[in-house]
Amino acid sequence: MDQNPKKNFFTFIKDATAWNLSGSIGYQIYLSVLFAIILLGIYCYTLQARQGLGVTGMQDIVSWGLYISNFTFLVGVAAAAVMLILPAYIFRDPDFHKVVIIGEGVAVGALVMCLSFIVVDLGGPLQAWHLIPGIGLFNWPSSILAWDVLVLNGYLLLNLFVPAYILYSRYMNRKPDERKYRPFVFLSIFWAFGIHLVTAFLYEGLPARPFWNNPLLGPRFLASAFAAGPALITLVLAIIHTRTKFKLDTSLFNKLRLIIVVSAIINLIMLFSEIFKEFYTPTHHSVSAVYLFFGLEGHNSLVPWIWTAIAMNITATLVLAFNVGKNNPTILLPAAVLLFFGIWIEKGVGLIVPGFIPSPLGEIVDYAPTMTEIGVTVGVLALGMLVVTFLIKPALIIEGQFD
Amino acid sequence: MSKQENGHKEIDQFVERILSKKSNRRKFLKNTVQAAAVGGAITMPGSAEAGLMGENSLLKWKEFFKKNYRLMSQEEKDSTVSRLEQIAKERYGVDVQMSNKGPEEHVLYGYAFNISRCEGFMDCVSACVKENNLDRKSHTQYIRIFELEHGQMSVESGNGKFFHEVPEEGHFYMGVQCFHCENAPCIKACPTKATWIEKDGIVVVDYDWCIGCRYCLAACPYWGRRFNWEDPYIPKDEITTKQHYLGNRIRPKGKMEKCTFCIQRSREGKLTACADACPTGSRVFGNLLDPESEIRFVLKNKKVFRMKEELHTDPKYWYFID
Repeated sequence: MDQNPKKNFFTFIKDATAWNLSGSIGYQIYLSVLFAIILLGIYCYTLQARQGLGVTGMQDIVSWGLYISNFTFLVGVAAAAVMLILPAYIFRDPDFHKVVIIGEGVAVGALVMCLSFIVVDLGGPLQAWHLIPGIGLFNWPSSILAWDVLVLNGYLLLNLFVPAYILYSRYMNRKPDERKYRPFVFLSIFWAFGIHLVTAFLYEGLPARPFWNNPLLGPRFLASAFAAGPALITLVLAIIHTRTKFKLDTSLFNKLRLIIVVSAIINLIMLFSEIFKEFYTPTHHSVSAVYLFFGLEGHNSLVPWIWTAIAMNITATLVLAFNVGKNNPTILLPAAVLLFFGIWIEKGVGLIVPGFIPSPLGEIVDYAPTMTEIGVTVGVLALGMLVVTFLIKPALIIEGQFD
Repeated sequence: MSKQENGHKEIDQFVERILSKKSNRRKFLKNTVQAAAVGGAITMPGSAEAGLMGENSLLKWKEFFKKNYRLMSQEEKDSTVSRLEQIAKERYGVDVQMSNKGPEEHVLYGYAFNISRCEGFMDCVSACVKENNLDRKSHTQYIRIFELEHGQMSVESGNGKFFHEVPEEGHFYMGVQCFHCENAPCIKACPTKATWIEKDGIVVVDYDWCIGCRYCLAACPYWGRRFNWEDPYIPKDEITTKQHYLGNRIRPKGKMEKCTFCIQRSREGKLTACADACPTGSRVFGNLLDPESEIRFVLKNKKVFRMKEELHTDPKYWYFID
């Protein structure tokens, strides 16, 4: 602080805010659109808060829907930051080191979305303080949901404070002290696996729901996360590469492609293994899978979605694996988009909703989200994008100025 | 579902096991929790229909910051119950008598359902809806009756929505509700300890402590829990005014609810509404610790089984055959 008497934490916040709000016309339009969608989401949420969760498509049989589906998927996106953190800090890979802060920004945005999805899904959001240890009454270690609250918030803090410390040090023209943040980096690596395994255990630990009560769920969550997360980060990096002065090497994109391909292949193998188990010897525990893939008694609202997802997954994996077009971004980037949305369907709605169908008493219904529910969902997604933007933009400016 | 014939010994072991668990459970309740001072950043719980001034908003304020029911002293229980009576008067225009009566010593409730006798009249369902102030708008029911063909043995293959004259030839009927499991997955799942098993074996929900995450609903293998997706609607003249804090008081929206073995009746020594209403005598409710009770007679002398026994939930709800 003594070298820079004019700079302090206050100016850091002020400068970051100014950088975030200024930009080209395109950037301003982008921000306005995000704000408009967030406002739409808030409006839809007030409708829900007033009348109750009855405004959504959920009911007593399918009691979790679009919100929890998105939550589950986004935990994976958050966890995937570890695929940048691990090579950057542990293997000291220069390519990854350059962009690790972007990965962490994406993780924070994903976590903000996760926590928002949990809150909008609560019937009594005003009672959420009952979850705060010490003030409320926390059912830990018995409830996996209590574990999830702990690990998600812990991961959010880790991913906020390590990059914030590094950026702030740079901003103050100081060299960040590696001894100070390295233990937290190590912790966050284990924590990343933790958040996704705990979230998988949330479902895996319910014998009431045979579709979820499957030991492969945890590993599959990790594999799909390490495919979808880096795919999203690749897209963010590609946007940064083309839209800003911050330029990235092809070698970085190649390394990311490798991570995505390996994870996507492992994910597909496990998906195949699950499908084999459900359909080679169908038991009455396979009914949910039959509902998902083929529909039951005229109820088949998920069938087109899951087949689309599988087609997208396989196509994208093949394109990325064989590097069709030899590093041509106009082929590889759409493949990443395809993979991201394929996994989003498969691990979101395609995982959560069939867990409830049929009900434990054998009743079959369909679930479709309402417009209000979709409004809240896109509002939360826009909020997440805004958070990612507002974290990455100042980070790039600081890195650009001081590197 | 597995069939199992219980001999005398097994019943005795069951009762013994439960008794030994009960004494452990008391230790688990020694928590000290301050539900006070959450910092200045709390705003008034804004319910949509609010607009209530003065005394009433003070009541709601106090209600908002109260503790989990299990941690309340008797005075705190008394004052929350009287606040809730006043709020109910304001909101529904009825005089409610709300009890907070605790469990009796040496009582453990259990239930048995005679599948050879039930004829599917569903008087139990309507009695339950009425007694427990269930939402009429969404047709919430704690009890589901399934019609099964002879030869079937699982509700999953049965029909839960029959609209024809009963009993149907070649069919039998099976009632399902909360089984008040001794090893209840819902209790394990709840992140805030808003649901628990009382000393007399009833699994209850503190509606005001529940945050409405619905993890318990996902965890229940018997689909025994219901959620208040909106504010429940009950015609004013049909509101049951003898209520219990843990039982049939009108639930707020966004909270879980479930069968409580009619805690407001059973703790007064009465039968549950469903057992009381059953015209065929298929429903047996009583104290498992009383060797002279009808339920103990059924468990000793009839062929009994429990649903999804392989899940080790240990329900206190048996099916039996004459």
